Amino acid sequence: MNTKILKYILLDLLRSKFIISYTLFLFLMSMSVIYIGHDSSKAAVSILNIILFVVPLVCIIFGTIHFYNSREFIEFLLTQPVARKSIFWSEYLGISGSLSAAFIIGAGVPVISAGINITGVYLLVTGTMLTFIFVSLAFLSSTINNDKVRGVGLSIILWLYLSVIFDGFVMMIFYMFRDYPLDKYIVALTSLNPVDLSRILILLQIDISALMGFTGATFQKFFGSITGKFISLMLLLLWIVIPAFISLRIFNRKNF
Amino acid sequence: MVRYSKIFIHIFIFTFLINNLCSGKDISVCSVRGYKTVKSALENSSDGDRIIIKKGYYRENNIIVDKRVQILGEDNPVIDLEFINQGFIVRKDSVIIRGLEIRNIKVSYVQDLSAIKIENSSGCTVENNILYNTFFALYLANSDNCLVKGNKITGFAQTESSSGNGIHLWKCNNIRIESNETSGHRDGIYFEFVTNTRILNNYSHNNLRYGLHFMFSDSNSYMKNLFSENGAGVAVMYTKNIIMEENIFTGNWGPASYGILLKDISRSVIRRNKFIKNTIGIFMEGSDKMNIEENEFRDNGYAVKVFGNCSSDTLIRNNFIGNTFDISTNSSRNENYYSENYWDKYKGYDMNKDYTGDVPYRPVSLYSMLVEKVPESIIMMRSFITDIIDFTEKAIPVFIPESLVDEKPKMILNEYN
Repeated sequence: MNTKILKYILLDLLRSKFIISYTLFLFLMSMSVIYIGHDSSKAAVSILNIILFVVPLVCIIFGTIHFYNSREFIEFLLTQPVARKSIFWSEYLGISGSLSAAFIIGAGVPVISAGINITGVYLLVTGTMLTFIFVSLAFLSSTINNDKVRGVGLSIILWLYLSVIFDGFVMMIFYMFRDYPLDKYIVALTSLNPVDLSRILILLQIDISALMGFTGATFQKFFGSITGKFISLMLLLLWIVIPAFISLRIFNRKNF
Repeated sequence: MVRYSKIFIHIFIFTFLINNLCSGKDISVCSVRGYKTVKSALENSSDGDRIIIKKGYYRENNIIVDKRVQILGEDNPVIDLEFINQGFIVRKDSVIIRGLEIRNIKVSYVQDLSAIKIENSSGCTVENNILYNTFFALYLANSDNCLVKGNKITGFAQTESSSGNGIHLWKCNNIRIESNETSGHRDGIYFEFVTNTRILNNYSHNNLRYGLHFMFSDSNSYMKNLFSENGAGVAVMYTKNIIMEENIFTGNWGPASYGILLKDISRSVIRRNKFIKNTIGIFMEGSDKMNIEENEFRDNGYAVKVFGNCSSDTLIRNNFIGNTFDISTNSSRNENYYSENYWDKYKGYDMNKDYTGDVPYRPVSLYSMLVEKVPESIIMMRSFITDIIDFTEKAIPVFIPESLVDEKPKMILNEYN
């Protein structure tokens, strides 16, 4: 792999206005949440909302748009004696690296300065994971579509689906099959969505009291155990790897 | 001067008389000389004697106290029951047992064996004893006007069926239970048919079932107690006229765990208590005319769970901070009154700066009602879909009980002074 390209893309992005303002935005949001409110668990909840809402949206939209905008640059690189794989990974790591750097600085510094605890670690780890996941998805939708508008549209739909629509379906299933014991299937169902997985991992840290209730105990037993956490993290990794490799396949065969 | 000396002489004569009338002789029990067992000392004592047990190790059990004596331990002498029988059985009024350490009570499935049992007596005192590895520890049956104070009671209960209660009262009246510590029993403190009793300043923790368990016991009060990490918190059932003030309920976690479980109780006051980190702060079922005021609910899963069969209860001037759900109910009707509470989730405004919000607050969210119906949906907590559900319901209320509303929500924490 050609680190020269990666270095160029990464530095170019880190200097860009967008990444800097994203960092500032995260920083100000987290700072204000932590220092204006006086309740630490409430702050964790607000940061959770930022992570689940802002991070996926920004990552998938920015990833898609950046991919289309650097299309000419990619086409130029393809004329050079460089492997396609290397161009793809440089682009991917450049974008996800700069976005996660922005996240770790923007949200991490306030969280760590407020006193590091296990909840904070979970917030940062899942936030970074989600960054990588949604950049993967962005690459998937922009390699599938040649047209920029359709690509961005698909990205928005993907985000909407994972953030809202999927949960709506799950709720509907809950309600329709409420007479049956569902807990185990629900654990399987929620692990099909990276946003839900991240949410539950953090939830176990902040809303433990309510989750200790009757059915919550089943989830607590799975997601709270070491194996459960390991499996969840592995699933999140799969969510990074699978879309990335599919889009690499498409990228390799693409006619530019 | 003459007047003072007269008073002095009076006092002198009075104390002399009292000394002669009330105090008997002192009998000491010592493992080296004299009476070597408490039993032999008791046999040779008469009403009004003081039996002083010197520091030592006594292997005795089934000590029946049927004389009006004081049994006093010096430097906590150990009485080891060796898992054979029970310890002291008091069957006389005004007996005092103080400063002993009683160990190793047998577990029985037939009898309620205990370290100290007081039966059909009045005016007894049990003070500053250490009761260790107990089945039942203190057992008061059909007694009145007693004082239980400063005892440290430790059990090692494994299962509910093979364990007893720390302080067990059955059919008693006017007892004071003060500054005791109980742990590792089935119930820390257990009341059945007990009236006019005060429970003050006790610490009941790590019991298998309840920290405090009330049944059919009217007109009692418990104040300034700390109940922590009990299997199911505190239960108050089938009772009326209870005063619960300034207690702390904390760390009761689990599927069937509450700060307080109120079942069929009425006309009682829950005031200035703190509920911290419980799965459910207060669970109310079939309870009416309760005054729940000036309490603090912090970091609970559910602060208050009210079943539909509760009515005429008032919740005023409480503080709700950092709870996942503030109020949860299974009914679409509401017959309780909520006012002047501080809700940290309240998002209204206060135009005239009187620290009371101008918009009413509805503490029940549609999502919490959904969780009540479909418990599995707890896993969707804090996802957007639940926010959307709650938001639409707030805009057009359909499912939330119409009258379950706090008309005067506070903008700042309620201060209690």
